[in-house]
Amino acid sequence: MLVYIVRRFAGMMVVMLLVAMVVFLIARVVPGDPAAVMLGSSATPEDIAALRGRLGLDEPLLTQFLLYLGQIVRFDLGDSIFLNRPVVQALAERSELTGLLTMMSVGIAMLIGVPVGILSAAKRGGLVDQTAVGLAMLAASIPSFWIGLTLIKYLAVDHAWFPVAGYGPPDADLLERMRHLVLPAIALGIPNSALILRFTRTSMLDVMSHDYVRTARAKGLPPLVVVLKHALRNAMIPILTVIGLTTAVMIAGAIVTETVFGLPGVGNLIVSAVLRRDYPVIQGALLVVSAIYVLINLTVDLLYAVVDPRVRY
Amino acid sequence: MASVPAGHGNVPLPSSTKAGSSRSPATLLLRQLFRRRLVVLSFLIMLAILAVALLAPWITPFNPMKMDILGRLKPPTAAHWFGTDEYGRDVLSRVMLGARLSLLVGLLVVVVATLLGTLLGLAAGYVRPLDGLLMRLTDALMAFPDILLAIAFMAALGPSLYNVVLALGIVYTPRVARVVRAACLVVREMPFIEAATALGASTPRIVFLHILPNLMSPILVQATFIFAYAILTEAALSFLGVGVPPTTPTWGNMIASAQQYFQQADWLILFPGCAIVLTVLSLQIVGDGLRDALDPRLQKAK
Repeated sequence: MLVYIVRRFAGMMVVMLLVAMVVFLIARVVPGDPAAVMLGSSATPEDIAALRGRLGLDEPLLTQFLLYLGQIVRFDLGDSIFLNRPVVQALAERSELTGLLTMMSVGIAMLIGVPVGILSAAKRGGLVDQTAVGLAMLAASIPSFWIGLTLIKYLAVDHAWFPVAGYGPPDADLLERMRHLVLPAIALGIPNSALILRFTRTSMLDVMSHDYVRTARAKGLPPLVVVLKHALRNAMIPILTVIGLTTAVMIAGAIVTETVFGLPGVGNLIVSAVLRRDYPVIQGALLVVSAIYVLINLTVDLLYAVVDPRVRY
Repeated sequence: MASVPAGHGNVPLPSSTKAGSSRSPATLLLRQLFRRRLVVLSFLIMLAILAVALLAPWITPFNPMKMDILGRLKPPTAAHWFGTDEYGRDVLSRVMLGARLSLLVGLLVVVVATLLGTLLGLAAGYVRPLDGLLMRLTDALMAFPDILLAIAFMAALGPSLYNVVLALGIVYTPRVARVVRAACLVVREMPFIEAATALGASTPRIVFLHILPNLMSPILVQATFIFAYAILTEAALSFLGVGVPPTTPTWGNMIASAQQYFQQADWLILFPGCAIVLTVLSLQIVGDGLRDALDPRLQKAK
């Protein structure tokens, strides 16, 4: 087990190194001088030269990359050009909202996807199953920002059941903030519930075709017990994988949803950084989000052993 | 695989006179594909959308760019079926033009991702020393969520239609590469490849003439799904204002520019949104159908 963890961790570090390389190169493939692009057309040559010096742009590319890696290892992601603060701080300030939004969305996606997927598999081929599979496909085809706008129009503007946008006053308590995140979480959760539903269904169908499930049925156990106790347990691994995967996808999906609902989270930070060409922020956010993405995948792999005692590494 | 002696052009084989029966692989595939009514329906919808996209400049009821300040933000009427937008432009005409642009982006992304992904996948699958490196590279690219990587590329490249194509093309390349590699690893071990090697066929000949044709089904299935994802992601990028420049009426841009007005004029987001959903949904159903239709043949080959 320990050997496996160490090996997986080493593999992850290689991927993260390549990720860091991609992130590093993104700010270097900008057409023209990155410093001039960042400062805009009103910058003087002296300003540009100063910024070039500050960003280390005059060093050879490999040196620059090594310097960048050294920074990352020290959890220093550089300073934002427009926000006058370290990127790490800017990200930390915004992470509560995005974290809460992601958790609520994952909750909604799971609450829809897992039970309906189980039901669908239990009633394979029936009306419920066909409807569920059809709806899942539809849900996966709807852009989340469009769901968001539609929810705003009908539930917040026409009926005023939910706030139209924003995150409430700064002193709002957790419940009030969560109320502001209900519609965004639905908008983000629905398209992602489709994936969870389909995986749950496939995984359950796979397990339910095994002999031991037939035996359990033949013993005369109630169908509910067979499905929930015998089948679901062994179907959990793929379900867990896809939930981990969707969580990671939703962190990125939050970028779009936060824009729709005017929420000041990490996604909002990224979009405004792109519009202002604030490269340190873009790079830092990319690095952090993909690190979380990779970490979630690793955690899910390691959780297998907990869920399924047969898995021994 | 009827193998014509190497080096000679396409000599028509006598077998082709065999009553041109409907036994060709393409006909078999279509017959499999159209066994389900939903797939037929989706395929027809896809063709209809494609036709609108191709013919848009000639069949829009109004000039999609013509403004009419007096007739702005009018709900759907007999003249303007989808209503008018904030400049009084006909929404139906703009949705039709949007089909042309959104599908163009989607198709070009498919072309870029499929070409790059196939080349990388073949290299990784056939040239063993390259495999480890190339697969770690795809791992790294797949460690970013799609939309985030696309945004990052757009930040570096700047907003333009072709940069969106390039960015999304790179984002979806690893998916094709992995599928092609996996299938290539299976095909390269088959006896007919050994036979071709024994006959002295060159590596490019083996890779492109013997292996590649056998990878067409997984590539086709992936391409269909990437088409769907590309349309969704392009819409999201444009909605965020980091995609196709806002003056170009793709479906995503139409929804983005309606953000200020949709609370009073919901038709501004309703119709472009439905266009996206309909297109992506029919593409996904056709993709699923293709996968199911192609699967038994793959299993038989194993």
